[in-house]
Amino acid sequence: MTKEEILHLGTLSRIRLSEAEAEKLHTEIDSILAYVSQVNDIAASGDLTKKTGAVHNVFRVDEVAATTNATADELIAAFPEKKGRFLRVKKILDND
Amino acid sequence: MTNMKTITELREAYLAGTYTPTEAIHAFTEVLKEHEKEVHAFLEVFDDLLEQAAEAEKVLKEHGAESPVLTGIPLAIKNNILIKGKKATASSKILAEYTASYDATIISKLKAAGAIFVGATNLDEFAMGSSTENSAFGPTKNPHDERRVPGGSSGGSAAAVAMGAVPAALGTDTGGSIRQPASYCGLVGYKPTYGAVSRFGLIAMGSSLDQAGPLTNSVADAELIHSIISGSDELDMTTISPDTYAEVPLKQTYTFGVPRDFLGSGVDADVMECFESQIEALKAAGHSVVDVELPLLEQGLAAYYVVMPAEVSSNLARFDGMRYGTRGKGEDLLDDYLAARAEGFGAEVKRRILLGTYVLSAGYYDAYYGKAEAVRVMMREELNKAFKTVDAIMLPTAPTPAFTFGSQEDPLSMYKQDIFTVPVNLTGVPAISIPMGTVQRDEKALPVGVQYIAPHGGDQRLFDIGKRTYDETR
Repeated sequence: MTKEEILHLGTLSRIRLSEAEAEKLHTEIDSILAYVSQVNDIAASGDLTKKTGAVHNVFRVDEVAATTNATADELIAAFPEKKGRFLRVKKILDND
Repeated sequence: MTNMKTITELREAYLAGTYTPTEAIHAFTEVLKEHEKEVHAFLEVFDDLLEQAAEAEKVLKEHGAESPVLTGIPLAIKNNILIKGKKATASSKILAEYTASYDATIISKLKAAGAIFVGATNLDEFAMGSSTENSAFGPTKNPHDERRVPGGSSGGSAAAVAMGAVPAALGTDTGGSIRQPASYCGLVGYKPTYGAVSRFGLIAMGSSLDQAGPLTNSVADAELIHSIISGSDELDMTTISPDTYAEVPLKQTYTFGVPRDFLGSGVDADVMECFESQIEALKAAGHSVVDVELPLLEQGLAAYYVVMPAEVSSNLARFDGMRYGTRGKGEDLLDDYLAARAEGFGAEVKRRILLGTYVLSAGYYDAYYGKAEAVRVMMREELNKAFKTVDAIMLPTAPTPAFTFGSQEDPLSMYKQDIFTVPVNLTGVPAISIPMGTVQRDEKALPVGVQYIAPHGGDQRLFDIGKRTYDETR
């Protein structure tokens, strides 16, 4: 993995990285990836066509059955920047 | 609270009228005065404790033995569990100013049971770490030796109980974050069967791995807390029902399996000695202890460091400083995100998000995440097979006692502290860590724990083993 790839991962993850951070992360992530790559060999030794059914989807009827005890007002109160009851963000459309 | 370390003792004293919740709160304040400055177990101590205690006393006076089981019992809560109206920081700068707008399901249940929440405890940022050194608000120290870490990520909860401030605390366990600090601090730590306890209102780290559980001074107390917080929840569709797994019966004598090959290297000699005497004690009590082969357990750590960062990168995508938390200040909207996350997250969190983003990216997904999930299925099969011949598996909870601050600089060597605990989360089985003795380091006696692992749904079996081998032998 190169330092450029780390910076790209930073952009994908929406984290701005300094050059120094990217330098350090690139060595660390390389060594972690080298370690975790053994999952390939382990998986290769097993029968992957078999599934134990450990995971299945759980659905419920599409009606309100349970809600949190939070109200809209409480959630709005948590907005770091707002105008009235609206969340304020920087503009995303340019009208020029 | 010197002589009253357990919930059971407090409850009896409250009902007998020999001790009151107000006295318990005063005792808590005294312990804090003496130790908290050095230990730093708490991020926040709540300011309404005497009011809560007075309320509890009213309930006790009126209802006596009919009062809810935790009436007036002080509990400390890891700060990644939401309590309405209290800060929920997950020890991260990005949530430093975030106040929870609702209660986690487990908090609602504990409130209904009458507990007094005394404060919010420190943790590794977003529960990522094994030492509590990764907290954005400073580390917690081990009350047994303040040069050493309390373990993590539930280090603040463990330290709060170990220093005698509270009889019990709540933690969360994604790869050992309840059991390892319990081992380092000389406590009982319990990680339930995946799905036994609702995760609603927990700040998610690895959704397929996370479970909440208690840190206590006795197995009976761990069982009590678990019985209150467990149960299916419509707000968490991964919670299980009592019939999800086949019954795991209690027995007069159990057969314990020891994966000897797994213990071959890396465990400190004196930790192994404690473990061997634990085995002898079990045999003396009439149980059998046999060797089992579980070759995949050892390799679980590699799968864990694919699955966990993958889930971390997805779960932490929601922290953008827009609707709550701390807003980033940039040139445009994208820049706001980049700034909020660059400034809000610490080094370990960034490392794991990047790693997770990498293993989930197109072209690498199959090689890493797909394979790691396959390994989980294989591990589950291997464990289920072992449970056909043994009733529980036993291992040291951690290969060493608590380590000193700064001694695990390399991330990989820190990750290896969790080698005995992560297979449990990957497979979803329950496990308990129980004190098994102490080892000497730098003229201090440091506690170490033994971990028992039961089949899915075998939570009661672990409490039975724990009460008989620990509570009843003290």
